[in-house]
Amino acid sequence: MRDTFSRALYQVAKADPRICIVVADISPAGSMAQYRQEFPERFMNVGVAEQAMIGICAGLAMRGMKPFAYTIATFTIYRPFEQIRVDLCYQNLPVTVVGIGGGVAYSVLGGTHHAQEDIAVMSALPNMSILAPCDPLEVEAATWHCAKHNGPLYLRMGKAGEPVLTANAPDPFEFGKARLIKPGNGTCILSYGVITKMAFDLAAKIEKEQGGQVAVYSVHTVKPLDREGISKILRRYDRVIVLEEHSPMAGLGPQVKALAWESGAKCKLHTFSLRDEFVHFYGGHGDLLKAHGLHPDLLYPKVIS
Amino acid sequence: MQSPVSTPTGFDVAAARARCRRMRKRVLDISQKVTALHIAGAFSCLEIVDTIYFGLMRRGGDGKFRDTFILSKGHGSMAQYAVLEELGIMARQDMETYSQPGGRYATHPDYGLPGIEASTGSLGHGIGLAVGMALADNIQKQDRMIYVVMSDGELEEGSVWEVMMLAPSLGAKNVVAVVDLNDFQSLGQTSKILPNFYPMLDKVRAFGWESVEVDGHSQQVVYNAIKSRSGQKPLMVLGRTTKGKGVSYMENVPIWHYRSPNPQEYQQALAELEKAAS
Repeated sequence: MRDTFSRALYQVAKADPRICIVVADISPAGSMAQYRQEFPERFMNVGVAEQAMIGICAGLAMRGMKPFAYTIATFTIYRPFEQIRVDLCYQNLPVTVVGIGGGVAYSVLGGTHHAQEDIAVMSALPNMSILAPCDPLEVEAATWHCAKHNGPLYLRMGKAGEPVLTANAPDPFEFGKARLIKPGNGTCILSYGVITKMAFDLAAKIEKEQGGQVAVYSVHTVKPLDREGISKILRRYDRVIVLEEHSPMAGLGPQVKALAWESGAKCKLHTFSLRDEFVHFYGGHGDLLKAHGLHPDLLYPKVIS
Repeated sequence: MQSPVSTPTGFDVAAARARCRRMRKRVLDISQKVTALHIAGAFSCLEIVDTIYFGLMRRGGDGKFRDTFILSKGHGSMAQYAVLEELGIMARQDMETYSQPGGRYATHPDYGLPGIEASTGSLGHGIGLAVGMALADNIQKQDRMIYVVMSDGELEEGSVWEVMMLAPSLGAKNVVAVVDLNDFQSLGQTSKILPNFYPMLDKVRAFGWESVEVDGHSQQVVYNAIKSRSGQKPLMVLGRTTKGKGVSYMENVPIWHYRSPNPQEYQQALAELEKAAS
């Protein structure tokens, strides 16, 4: 996802002289070298100073630039939270705040690097939008959207090596719309971000055990949520599963539950998330998710019960 | 292409002194409509704010300010509002409805209102915005200055020092920060709460800034300090001031950080300002 982002950013910057990136001593690799060579004045490294990163991005935006702030998700949004709230959201400035390694992607780096409550924290801010692409193709589309977005936006990313999931998606990527990326009927899974891969694995397991086709939606725009689209989904399917790599608080699951209540949905509804705890368990990303109870083999029995 | 720029020619200090007296009275008038308005912190930075707006800020061909002013110590807003009203940028009606239901201008300035170029009120934000603006001006090849007025208590925010450390390295030369060194913060005298914070001048210079310490109520001195900057580095002017300047019972008395004078105190303040004028 990082490489795709830097490739997309280079293209976006070529098309629009207002695009710039301010990093806090963490930089995307790949095409960033080419970007820096062609647009040296539009790449700024402030060092390990995230409050300065956000404040400077706000100042750039106040002069008509379209800045991206970039570092590891926990440092992008938690350290300079008040700068995001006051400088970006209160003043409603077009700055994209890029968080690398949303969720527990930085598995072995431990809790200091796990952004497991980022959606809850960013969602609560007025004017803030949230995009969480599920694969490199969505990262590219999301980056192009960020470049034209008016107002602050949190771009929640994975890191590297994520598989392509949306090459044959029936729906196009459209900001603010839940996107059908795998057709099916009867059962559907709503997800966003890197864990959408697990949604495909769970879908395959359900299909293998029970037959039929399970639909998967990428709810890449977590805020503003596609309330209308999700209400329709809750009517269309008999069983709706929400799978997210986030705290059980104030993420997609609770919002879909609220929508189900408000829309009088009759479907079965299962929501799966990270646990509300700091898990002191190390290993790969998948191991961390499993320690939080997220694995197709662990989820399947709960879905069919 | 940049539109023609007009630079203020000279600075009439006598006129500025009369103007500041008039603005202090205006702030005192408004104080009688509200229970609180951070009057002492507005009076300590009034000469600094006036000097920047009337002596230094350049205008473009359209008559609008080309340079930018950010009141990072947002609680001193009455100083900025009084100046904006003098300039005809802030409507008289807006001043009259300060912090009232239906009013637009409140205790802290809000971005987007006429004359207000940043939302402040939380300390330690203005300097980051200013440096971001300066970097944008570098990219866009615009000749613009950004003036930031800060408080000494504000320099205790870590975010200030992050930006101070970076600004010279990133080439933000067109930033002029003026610190209102009134030596008071909410709980007492800054020099007693944090004695090791002083002297400040060396610390600011050590971060790569040009810096001078001056009398912040002497408008000629503040004007000269900024006019004589080298332009090779961002400049931080440390302006020594008196909190509550101009009204004897307010000077250096912490309660006036936030309180409004009662009618009797109001009359006394007006009398003192009259006497000082004669």
